[in-house]
Amino acid sequence: MAPIDWSPLWISLETSVTATLVTLVAGLAAAAWRERRTGAAMALVDGIFLLPLVLPPTVVGFLLLLLFGRHGPLGKVLLRLGATVVFSWPATVIAAAVVSFPLMYLTARAALEQVDSRFFEAARTLGASEWRVFSAIALPLAWPGVLAGTILSFARALGEFGATLMLAGNIPGKTATIPIAIYFAVEADDVQRAVAWCLIDVVISLALLAGLYYWTRARWVRR
Amino acid sequence: MALEVQVAKKLPEFTLDVSFTAGDAPLGILGPSGAGKTMLLRCIAGLERPDHGRITLDGRVLLDTERHIHVPARNRRVGMLFQHYALFPHRTVAENIGFALGHLPRQEREHRVAALSARTHLSGLEDRYPRELSGGEQQRAALARALAIEPEALLLDEPLSALDTHLRSQVEAQLQETFSAYRKPALLVTHNIEEAYRLGERLLVLSRGRVAAFGAKEEIFRHPPSLEVARLTGCKNFSRARAISGNIVEALDWGCRLRVSQTVTKLVAHIGIRAHHIDFVESRGAGAAEENVVPCWLVRSSETPFRITLYLRLHRPPNGSGEQQAHVDLQAEVFKEKWERFREHPLPWHVRLSPDSLFVLPE
Repeated sequence: MAPIDWSPLWISLETSVTATLVTLVAGLAAAAWRERRTGAAMALVDGIFLLPLVLPPTVVGFLLLLLFGRHGPLGKVLLRLGATVVFSWPATVIAAAVVSFPLMYLTARAALEQVDSRFFEAARTLGASEWRVFSAIALPLAWPGVLAGTILSFARALGEFGATLMLAGNIPGKTATIPIAIYFAVEADDVQRAVAWCLIDVVISLALLAGLYYWTRARWVRR
Repeated sequence: MALEVQVAKKLPEFTLDVSFTAGDAPLGILGPSGAGKTMLLRCIAGLERPDHGRITLDGRVLLDTERHIHVPARNRRVGMLFQHYALFPHRTVAENIGFALGHLPRQEREHRVAALSARTHLSGLEDRYPRELSGGEQQRAALARALAIEPEALLLDEPLSALDTHLRSQVEAQLQETFSAYRKPALLVTHNIEEAYRLGERLLVLSRGRVAAFGAKEEIFRHPPSLEVARLTGCKNFSRARAISGNIVEALDWGCRLRVSQTVTKLVAHIGIRAHHIDFVESRGAGAAEENVVPCWLVRSSETPFRITLYLRLHRPPNGSGEQQAHVDLQAEVFKEKWERFREHPLPWHVRLSPDSLFVLPE
């Protein structure tokens, strides 16, 4: 038996960690921005933010391909700067981040909405800037929810397959994540390898969900 | 030092339209729930945007809708004590008090926090979290936190309503102590008449978004400017009234002529007297009609630990049935000791409505 190529594990972890960091910042920013706004237009904004959750990943991947492709609006700009995204490692990050974004956005918003707005008002009368209200009051009080969103996003990024395949393809040692390695192992009739990667995936996901359960139970009592 | 306020804001039920000036004397803002009291404070603190208005604090413009000036809450230096205190639950007492002092060097910050803790009797509790404090301690921590910004004005929203009754008088005394040391505009919102009277020097009575009365508290309680203010300041007894001559008024609902201390005009619409001002007197017997003394019968009574409220019918005993029987002309409040003395007297009793206690109210 050939020595096992561990690269899908490292690619998957690197991709998921990076994508989760991107999602955490973007999701929090979007949730904080959205929380102080009302109006009919916001329903459309919510719809756009949540679209990656309901669309089939292949559709998301195909749209990203159109966007980042050689003739796509973003792809053209990047090409002029000397960068190609499609079929590169950053493509795996982009695909995973876009697909996991709605989970982060939804949980972060729910967590922020749960914080009593009088705390924000009290902070404002005490001279706090909006950034300080967010960083010193909103975020610490919404932290258990934000953490749950982060773990969910990471799990989702780790399991991403469809959009990744469309945008990043299957380049062993570069863009082949665990789910992609499994798919191509099955296609190549390498059942043993497929089962091994499946077990690794189950172990990681289970650890994450158990951790999530533990953290949400251990959150501090408010007020 | 003066806080000048003139704001108008359309609310779902009514329009808040208020203007007043508060000096260094604590101003009590009294009104029933939903009169717009909290909204008024929020407008001054900068947490709500009035439709129109102008607010200045020592000449500093905080709001001027005509000139499109709306200073954000963080730059107003107006301290606000929220109804349930809104202490940050994830920060200790010291961290709550020091929240506004982040710009200071650590040593000076600690020094200031210690001074504020001492001033509000919180020394030794600095490392506790808000949930580990009693209601009174939470209130003082919130007060210390608000004082940390060295506010140019202080706004207190129902500061005692979240406390248990047995804590109130003690906490109120400490609040009064802080108040008297704070010689800047201080506004205290409450729906409790006695609290407003004890803590405020001047009083603003708010009703459905309008100023119903504004002035020295003694004056408002002694001579309410309207029936509404008399009611809002706790007066229970009213009768429609007609001026007869000089200082004689006919109380139409009470069926008697009464002398009052003021000279009355034709415009008198109501006459009123507070429940604890009604005096019970020994009758000199029928026929010998005394000035402002009216015979009465007891309809029912209701007791509190030290006082009793007597619901009285004037002129005739409570006969008949149903609604007619339950009809009450006056309610009087007396200490139980006094009640024990005359409860055995045969009916009718006689009440004296002293000219000094009666107030006449224009339409």
